[in-house]
Amino acid sequence: AVAAAMLSLDFLDDVRRMNKRQLYYQVLNFGMIVSSALMIWKGLMVVTGSESPIVVVLSGSMEPAFHRGDLLFLTNRIEDPIRVGEIVVFRIEGREIPIVHRVLKIHEKQNGDIKFLTKGDNNAVDDRGLYKQGQHWLEKKDVVGRARGFVPYIGIVTILMNDYPKFKYAVLFLLGLFVLVHRE
Amino acid sequence: LRKNVEDFTGPRERSDLGFVTFDITADILNRKSGLQTFWNKNTLMLFFIFDWNVKQLFLYLSAEYSTKNNALNQVVLWDKIMLRGDNPRLSLKDMKSKYFFFDDGNGLKGNRNITLTLSWNVVPNAGILPLVTGSGHVSVPFPDTYETTKSY
Repeated sequence: AVAAAMLSLDFLDDVRRMNKRQLYYQVLNFGMIVSSALMIWKGLMVVTGSESPIVVVLSGSMEPAFHRGDLLFLTNRIEDPIRVGEIVVFRIEGREIPIVHRVLKIHEKQNGDIKFLTKGDNNAVDDRGLYKQGQHWLEKKDVVGRARGFVPYIGIVTILMNDYPKFKYAVLFLLGLFVLVHRE
Repeated sequence: LRKNVEDFTGPRERSDLGFVTFDITADILNRKSGLQTFWNKNTLMLFFIFDWNVKQLFLYLSAEYSTKNNALNQVVLWDKIMLRGDNPRLSLKDMKSKYFFFDDGNGLKGNRNITLTLSWNVVPNAGILPLVTGSGHVSVPFPDTYETTKSY
């Protein structure tokens, strides 16, 4: 406990030693980092055509392919038609949480209108029970994107931050502290 | 014995329901060799796909056809998860369609051109998720009349 107190005093000394101009500089630096991150995210949205180009798998319904915490990279280009076997991420009308399942059936009309049915690999039945009351099919508008690539485990951080808000604040606090004190 | 039976009493909607069963001991002479080669060719390919970055293959047999109502229909009839380390040999004996082969409407009756293809989704340990279609395909025509017997 004493060591921790000494460490925090050290940090405070550093901050006090910086004059106002340096502090503003650090804040601007921080702002630049945040803006760049936002620009990269928006850029990804444009390139992939998806409003959410990276999603975290939240349930075990696609095991053993994907587990909770895996990160998925999506595209949602209109030119790519929806075909069976593809892994789609979709939202059910009125619900926030996106679902990652596989397309089981499609019926597409001449003009491109399509209705399709999905099912999780690890589920015994198709998703009709999940859809809205009276809804039998999904449509293009429900799709957030198609999974094109994935990285395992990394998304666990997001799940932890959601489930344990104290962890989220701790991470943000440490990040902020690091950026403010870092002298480059 | 491959039976193509259409039963109008589908549980959900009043649409055509097709039943396709595969069995190697087929006595339908002209179809048998076609189905056999199609299956063997694809099973052979699977031996070569598994490498250090392939966690599993998600295999599925899909039927593709077009009807008056819909220009393109695709229905998955059967799927299987094959993990790295599993025996890649697929057995064709007595495989029943895993999922109900419902059409959106009455497009299966008399439809001469239903194409079955085997495809798979390669799931890596990390990286891109490609969808690959196997080689060849099998054509299945449906008869012009409905069968009312429920035996399958």
